Amino acid sequence: MPKKMHIELTVNGKSHEFLAEPRELLIHTLRERLNLTGPHIGCETSHCGACTVIVNGKSVKSCTMFVAQANGADLTTIEGLGTPDAPHVLQTAFREHHGLQCGFCTPGMITRASKLLEENPNPTEEEIRFGMAGNLCRCTGYQNIVKSILAAASELNAAKEAAE
Amino acid sequence: MIPAAFDYYRPKDMGGVIALLQEHGDDARVMAGGHSLIPMMKLRMAEIAHLIDLQDVAGLDGITVEGGRITLGAMVTQHQIIDSAALLAAAPILREAALQIADPQVRYMGTVGGNVANGDPGNDMPGLMQCLDATFTLVGPDGSREVAARSFYHAAYMTDRDDSEVLTSVSFAAPRGGYAYEKQKRKIGDYATAAAAVQIEKNGDVCASASIAMTNLSDTPVWSKAASAALVGTTVDDAAIAAAVAAMQADIEPVEDNRGPAAFKRHAAATVLTRAIRRAWDRA
Ligand SMILES: Cc1cc2nc3c(=O)[nH]c(=O)nc-3n(C[C@H](O)[C@H](O)[C@H](O)COP(=O)(O)OP(=O)(O)OC[C@H]3O[C@@H](n4cnc5c(N)ncnc54)[C@H](O)[C@@H]3O)c2cc1C
Ligand code: FES
Ligand code: FES
Repeated sequence: MPKKMHIELTVNGKSHEFLAEPRELLIHTLRERLNLTGPHIGCETSHCGACTVIVNGKSVKSCTMFVAQANGADLTTIEGLGTPDAPHVLQTAFREHHGLQCGFCTPGMITRASKLLEENPNPTEEEIRFGMAGNLCRCTGYQNIVKSILAAASELNAAKEAAE
Repeated sequence: MIPAAFDYYRPKDMGGVIALLQEHGDDARVMAGGHSLIPMMKLRMAEIAHLIDLQDVAGLDGITVEGGRITLGAMVTQHQIIDSAALLAAAPILREAALQIADPQVRYMGTVGGNVANGDPGNDMPGLMQCLDATFTLVGPDGSREVAARSFYHAAYMTDRDDSEVLTSVSFAAPRGGYAYEKQKRKIGDYATAAAAVQIEKNGDVCASASIAMTNLSDTPVWSKAASAALVGTTVDDAAIAAAVAAMQADIEPVEDNRGPAAFKRHAAATVLTRAIRRAWDRA
């Protein structure tokens, strides 16, 4: 048996400790060990972005990170962004603007978009397309994904202004 | 897509890295962002018994612009390059090139050190560093040494770096004049079918100096001395550009692969170089 190592992760604010082989891919840790099945496995070859999560403030394809690399890290998955009762602004916007069809790419799309809006709260359409280039969708043709993100951006900005 | 098992290390200093590399020899490998290495390990094209993660090693992460010289620590990511106002002011070609590498997720992880040390002819930074006449600093059991980017690459995945050495930084003189990084790829996130890095200095109406390097058109990046020389002393008119392109064609050796036949790659090489020269000259 290959050697296991002690791993500590904080995922969506909750800490987890377990033993794992260092070669375990982070996407498998999340889906199979922690039962967080929001992040999906689309290509498993670093291309589609369906597995995107946030690791220490970076958008990361979790099929291309070993659990050992993430040891000690703070992670956010789609489950940490919103819930059915209290959805994230992006989740509501995707629903209202038809930003999804089959929904397979959506957790990765929204997780990535949340980081994009954090770094650039007022993106142009072009900046959204460029900033979302690591996420593939086989259904929507992207048009409504871009619309959803634009709508979420104005919603978030309006909320910010109202708070000031 | 599960890689072979390995022992994992995360040393905090370079001494620890070198000691592990000496102890395990060929069986050990360093990992930076892992976005070239992990895909290879998943495909079992690389089996590494001892994996040394550089993420906690002190002193590899700075960007400094000082006295006209720019130094990037090996662990500086493509995302950090794009984000750096100091680099944008001192060497804008870096941002232009980094924006054409991979996609946002990959750029948060991919490092300059991993990109130039990897030795994959498809990587964009090696040609860029040859254009800038950069120097790589390597640290090994016998101390540190410097190697010019222009003499670092021997063949695909064969570089001047010894297995027991780590690349710690990349440095170059702040470039002057106009610049362009032009890349032809099949889709966003793809490696280059052909790419050109160009820096040009203007004196009045005349080209005072030029540096041209090409990516993914041979088994190493190609700095074309003859193409660079073809522009110097000219007004960079159509005839001069054609001469530079012809000189570049004599220095590359593209081969057929899934990006197309060799003749198509030569066509793409001519197109990207022509565009890059025109843009760099406009900016000079
Ligand atoms: C989908 C996708 C698309 C991509 N597209 C592009 C592209 O268009 N252009 C491009 O240039 N790259 C592209 N890349 C590669 C990406 O930029 C890589 O991240 C980069 O080439 C390697 O950097 P890394 O930090 O991930 O290195 P790693 O994967 O960690 O390491 C790569 C190799 O370099 C060695 N190494 C790493 N750091 C050091 C060091 N400091 N000293 C000595 N050896 C070291 C490792 O042992 C390994 O052999 C792409 C990657 C993916 C997944
Ligand atoms: S499953 Fe990770 S990028 Fe496709
Ligand atoms: S909604 Fe089906 S893949 Fe995007």
